[in-house]
Amino acid sequence: MTNNVTPLKRDNRAASSEAARSVIIEGKAVSKTYRTRDGDVPSLRPIDFEIADGEFVVVVGPSGCGKTTLLKMIAGLLPPSSGEIKIEGRVITKPHGDVGIVFQTSMLLPWRSVFKNVMMPVEVKRLPREKYEARAHALLKMVGLEGFENKYPWQLSGGMQQRASICRALVHDPKIVLMDEPFGALDAMTRERMNVELQRIQRETRKTVLLITHSIPEAVFLADRILVMTDRPGAIAAVYEVPLAKPRTLDMLADPAFVELSQTIRKHFNAQTGEL
Amino acid sequence: MADPKPGWQKLLQADWIKPLIFLVLLVVFWDLAIRLFRIPPYQVPKPADVIATLWADWPMLLAQAVPTTAATVQGFILSALFGIPMAMLIVGSRTVESYVYPLLVFSQSIPKIAIAPLFVVWFGFGMVPKVLAAFLLGFFPVVVSAVQGFKSVEPDMLDLARAMEANRLQIFHMVRLPHAMPAIFSGLKVSITLAVVGAVVGEFVGSNSGLGFVLQRSIGNFELPTMFAALVVLSLIGVILFWILDLIERFAIPWHASQRQDFIVAA
Repeated sequence: MTNNVTPLKRDNRAASSEAARSVIIEGKAVSKTYRTRDGDVPSLRPIDFEIADGEFVVVVGPSGCGKTTLLKMIAGLLPPSSGEIKIEGRVITKPHGDVGIVFQTSMLLPWRSVFKNVMMPVEVKRLPREKYEARAHALLKMVGLEGFENKYPWQLSGGMQQRASICRALVHDPKIVLMDEPFGALDAMTRERMNVELQRIQRETRKTVLLITHSIPEAVFLADRILVMTDRPGAIAAVYEVPLAKPRTLDMLADPAFVELSQTIRKHFNAQTGEL
Repeated sequence: MADPKPGWQKLLQADWIKPLIFLVLLVVFWDLAIRLFRIPPYQVPKPADVIATLWADWPMLLAQAVPTTAATVQGFILSALFGIPMAMLIVGSRTVESYVYPLLVFSQSIPKIAIAPLFVVWFGFGMVPKVLAAFLLGFFPVVVSAVQGFKSVEPDMLDLARAMEANRLQIFHMVRLPHAMPAIFSGLKVSITLAVVGAVVGEFVGSNSGLGFVLQRSIGNFELPTMFAALVVLSLIGVILFWILDLIERFAIPWHASQRQDFIVAA
């Protein structure tokens, strides 16, 4: 699976090379409080973070800890209550289009064919069609959906739908890909396979990826760096660098370093549930 | 392909034949009930008499069906032309929604049949009151189902479009409108059957043509077979118009036709 055809491969500077990488996303004292009729509900305590260009960052945390809020603020869909988020030095106040988003469910439009779904960002942004059509075909080939271009989403399995939605998030060549529990709705086996594929896609496209998950093994498998968040209102409890070399294989799930890091992270949540 | 069943058995399985068989059964029961309970023909006519009248008066009934159908279709088209944009306004603006929507719902408790005579006072005999009555009955279901269709877009779907920097117009024609199409069509289907009722009501109160007029006249003259024959033609109009709409739906939203089962459950 890892040695698949790689049509979009660029020069092979490994994505994990630690050459001085510039900061692409920067959050300073970012917090979010939702105003409701029952008063203010703090969702995210002020947090600081930096994400480097081409880095794969995974956020793990319990439900309702503001992970999705954080993601939406980075996409510019929600304004922070305080603090600011900068992308390449520009403060984000509204949707900025330099992101691709993948949600838990594929969110493909059922009235569009797979190919037209993938082309949606190109249509919305009125980018040159011919150029991006070639790119869309190449992306679909990369994720193994060649030949399914004219199928409707409901004719595809859940894993295939999610792959198509990853293509849609990449087609306009954004610098950042935001993924909100992208494989949460898939069965365990498909999920592992998708993890391997996502790792490959990220290495080939060298995108900056921010992925949210509940799954600790998924986090350790994919991440360069893991942000562990606390219960609501969310805050960053710890940051871990993943010491495993990339590309990673599923065999590494049994690697002592993998197991150790997984357990260290799991302790955060066990401690938290102990307080409840 | 390799179906071993004989032809007539396959025919029995066809979708269109089942309601037909049931209809024949009902007619048989109708006939039996008249014979068993000795119902006099001035209360309920015999099916055979109705069929005979249908046969004999067919040219007249067909001629009278024309104005009724015309009023129905015109009223229906008005419902769609006003109903869908009204739904867009309601969905697009909170102000419009808060001012108009409650009144619209309230207006539905006014019995439209009771105000139909008013249209005759305003517009005289003829086409206009019929079309208005058909429009009034058909309008509301279009608005309600279109509003529900436009509103039921998943928030994540909208976030996705917004994250692509789509403007409101793009979000509308790329996401909201196609998403609402199945709901709009189900509203239109309710609307067209109600428009038939509206047209007939219009003909009851102020017209000297159309099947509604035939109905009223035949009741007055105790020509029950004629009245029943008119009812049969009337329901045929409803069925045919519904069927045409169903056909248009299949062409307009082919992506949805195969998921219709899911939609019925969801609706």
